[in-house]
This record gives sequence, structure tokens and C-alpha cells, in this order.
Amino acid sequence: MAGLAEISEAVIRGDDEQVDRLTKQAIADEISAKNILDDGLIAGMGTVGERFKAHEIFLPDVLMAAKAMYAGMDNLRPLLIKEGVPSLGKIVIGTVQGDLHDIGKNLVAIMLKGAGFDVIDLGNDVAPESFVETAKEHGASIIGMSALLTTTMPVMKSVVECVEKEGLAGKVRTIVGGAPVSKDFAAQIGADAYGFDAANAVDRVKCLISEN
Amino acid sequence: MKRLIDRLSSGETLVADGAMGTMLFEKGLDAGQCPETVNLSNPRVLEEIAEAYLEAGADILETNTFGGSPLKLSLYGLEEKMEAINRDAVLAVRGVVGDRAYVAASCGPCGKLLKPYGDADPGDVYAGFRRQIECLVGAGADCICVETMTDLAEAKLAVSAAREVSPDIPILATMTFDDTPRGYYTIMGVSIEVAAAGLFEAGADVIGSNCGNGIDNMIAVAGAFRKCIDMPLIIQANAGLPETRDGRTVYTESPALMGERARDLLDLGVSIIGGCCGTTPSHIGAIRSAVDSLGKP
Repeated sequence: MAGLAEISEAVIRGDDEQVDRLTKQAIADEISAKNILDDGLIAGMGTVGERFKAHEIFLPDVLMAAKAMYAGMDNLRPLLIKEGVPSLGKIVIGTVQGDLHDIGKNLVAIMLKGAGFDVIDLGNDVAPESFVETAKEHGASIIGMSALLTTTMPVMKSVVECVEKEGLAGKVRTIVGGAPVSKDFAAQIGADAYGFDAANAVDRVKCLISEN
Repeated sequence: MKRLIDRLSSGETLVADGAMGTMLFEKGLDAGQCPETVNLSNPRVLEEIAEAYLEAGADILETNTFGGSPLKLSLYGLEEKMEAINRDAVLAVRGVVGDRAYVAASCGPCGKLLKPYGDADPGDVYAGFRRQIECLVGAGADCICVETMTDLAEAKLAVSAAREVSPDIPILATMTFDDTPRGYYTIMGVSIEVAAAGLFEAGADVIGSNCGNGIDNMIAVAGAFRKCIDMPLIIQANAGLPETRDGRTVYTESPALMGERARDLLDLGVSIIGGCCGTTPSHIGAIRSAVDSLGKP
């Protein structure tokens, strides 16, 4: 019988083949998909997030762990749907228009997925309307925006305005982040939250969801 | 003009220029615009920047080709203009400096993560750097500056590509480190010791660090390099870390501070001292004065 701790360890090691094998085994052992997700994959990614934050591991380790987590998720997804397990929430994420830097945004997306959120990643150079339309289309309750360039930060304001214009204020909450972005800037443009790093972004998103 | 390598091996300290991006934004580069497009649309701006740094006393001037690798340009749909973008950048600086300063051709990361972490194939990345560096060397660059690298594998690909294009062109190679509780590491987890050994092995002539840190941290970085390897070092610090004030990005380290701290770099025997983000011709002027007052002959 595949132990969930073993799955979590394999995620931390970034061993996607092992995670694939162990999650299949756990499913065959009739452990619930929700259980495998929470105590296997999410637990593993939680540790990865903490170790990254403490500089004990680096970006490559996180990327490999994410790959391993996805291998497990692919096995669990149909079962989670069948079991009717709701995701923690749906989030549209992207780097704003004019900005091609996506390492930070990718990290946040990985950590959100690793925490059990449903993430729609629009990539980089994302137009304000595209964020809002995707959120509407998929019924997402959060829009997450990233910028590395000070020159593209104003696009974040356009997204917030676009949310208001569409009458979604309050229903779709916004969170911003990226090297030049600050809490003050977030308040200035009327964003609902600011995440100073990937782990913090996950905490802020959890707060936003619980407020809704 | 005396050969760069000869001057470095004689123990001379040279001054490199400061920020390019900061100057371009001041001159009206648009948000989200590929910074290298100005090479074709308005090379006069490049000349103005080169003139300012030359006048400030820089011995080494970098070209506006940081994002000039075909892979990076393809993100903006500009891959077809790769040759002209790189060539014109070298020519613009050469036109200003003649033989009064060295033209260092900047070569930054390709913008994609290499396998297995990302999907970029190392062979493609190497071929891309090679194509870019062929243009830069063909246009008459005096040295190649592989910079702001965080993945040692990618840095080594760029350095070896430069070495393959030219057996004797001086190669400067710098990586960007974060100050962590466990010491200095790049975001990809490369320590200074590992970086030094890897860059040397790949064929770099001068190694060190640029960007990511203000001058005080850079002194510590230089010290760490000095401890683990005996070869010429290059340090290009930011004017501090960017802060946002009233929606504007500001760098707080003054020219006077950088000039003063440059003495610590001289004490460590750093061969090339310049600046990165937020540094201006005034910063470079202050470093020039420090080097002139204390530098070895």
C-alpha cells in the first residue's frame, strides 16, 4: 500500500515517475482522491514552498517538484471531479501586457496549484480585457497579476478598472505582485491584495477567498 | 589601442560604464517595448549614452544587446532583425569611442529556462548565442560580456559559444546573486564557488557579478570570488535595490557612496569596476576618481 507520506516525499524530491506510480497505487488501494491530494501532493508542495522561502532549495528544485505534483494531479483529476471535491477556488493569473517576465508568476501559479487552487495561467503579455473575460468565462473569483517592469505596472490599474467596468467588483477580487510592486501601490490602484512573494501570495489568496 | 587582456594582466584597474536600461527609460523608451529596437529606430540615443559614459571616464562601454539573442528577440517577434540589431549597436558605440575605449558586447540570458526545468533545448540556446555573438564580433566588438546569468549551464553555453566564434576575444562573464541566510546564491541555486569554477572552465577571461545587489553586498560578493579563484574579476553593482516612491522607481545609492566603496573593490584587486541598474554617468565618474586616486599603475 502506497503511503501518502511517501507521495509527499517524492513530490519534494521532484521525482515525477515515482509520484505517478505511487498515486496510481494509492488510487488502486482505494484511498480517496481528496486524501491523496491533501496529504500527499499538497503536503509535499507545502514543504517545498517552505524550504524555498528559507533558501534551503532553489528554483530548479521547485520546478521539478511542480512537475512531480502535476504527474500526480493528472491521475487524480478525473477522480476529484467524480467525487465532487470542490477546488479551493478558481484563479486567473498572468504577467501584464508589455511584460514578458514570467518566472515569478510561474512560481506563484505553482504554489497556488500546490495549495489546491484551480489556476488558469494566461502566460505573459496579457491584456486587461483578457484577464477579465477569462475570469467571467470560467467563473474565477480571483485575478492575479504580475509585473517585473516598473513601466508595465500601470497595466495593473487598467485591469482593476476593467473589473469595475464589467460590474464584477466584489465578485472578482484582484491581487498583484512582482519585484517593483508594493503594498502601497496595490492600495493606490485599488487592488484587493498584494503578495510580496509566492508563499505570501497563496496566503493572501486564501484570505480573499474566505472573505468572499 | 593596447589590448584589453594585456592591461588587465598588468594589474591595471579599468572602469566600465553604468546602466543602459535606466538611461533608455530616461530617454523615453516605451513600456513593454523591446529595448533593443532603439538600435534600429534611434541609434542616436545609443551614441548619446556612450558619449555620456565616455565623458564620465569609462574605459569599457557596453552595447545595447543584452536581449539580442535570437531566442529572446523571438519573444517580441524580432528574430529576423537579429543581425541588424546586434551589428548596429556595436557600430553606434564604436562610432563614439573610436579607440578611446573598448566596446563590450552585452549578451544576456535567452529568456527561457533550459531543460529539464523549462523547455529550451541547450543545443538551440547555444546556437542562438553563437549567431548573436558572430554578429557582435563581426561588427568589431572588443570583448564579449555574458551577463546577469542565473543558470550556470546557460552561462557556460554563452561563454563557449563566444570562445568558438573567436579563439582570442576577451570574454567577461557575470552572474547575479541573491543574499540569502546561507550565503550568496543565484535564484537557480549557483554558489559563487561553483560559478567561479564553471565560468573559468567554460573559457571566460574575467568573471564576477552584476546586478541584483547594491555596492555593499557586491563587496562581499567580490571577496567571495577572490577567495576561491585567482583570475581577473569584474563587479557591476546596482545603485542599491529599486524602491518605489510615488509610483516611480528610484535607486538610492549616491555616486559619492559608490565612489567611496569602490576603494574596497580596489583593495580586493577587482580588475573592472562598473555599474548596473540605477547607476548613471555621475556614478561612473565617482568610480573613475576612486580608481585614479588609488588604482595601481
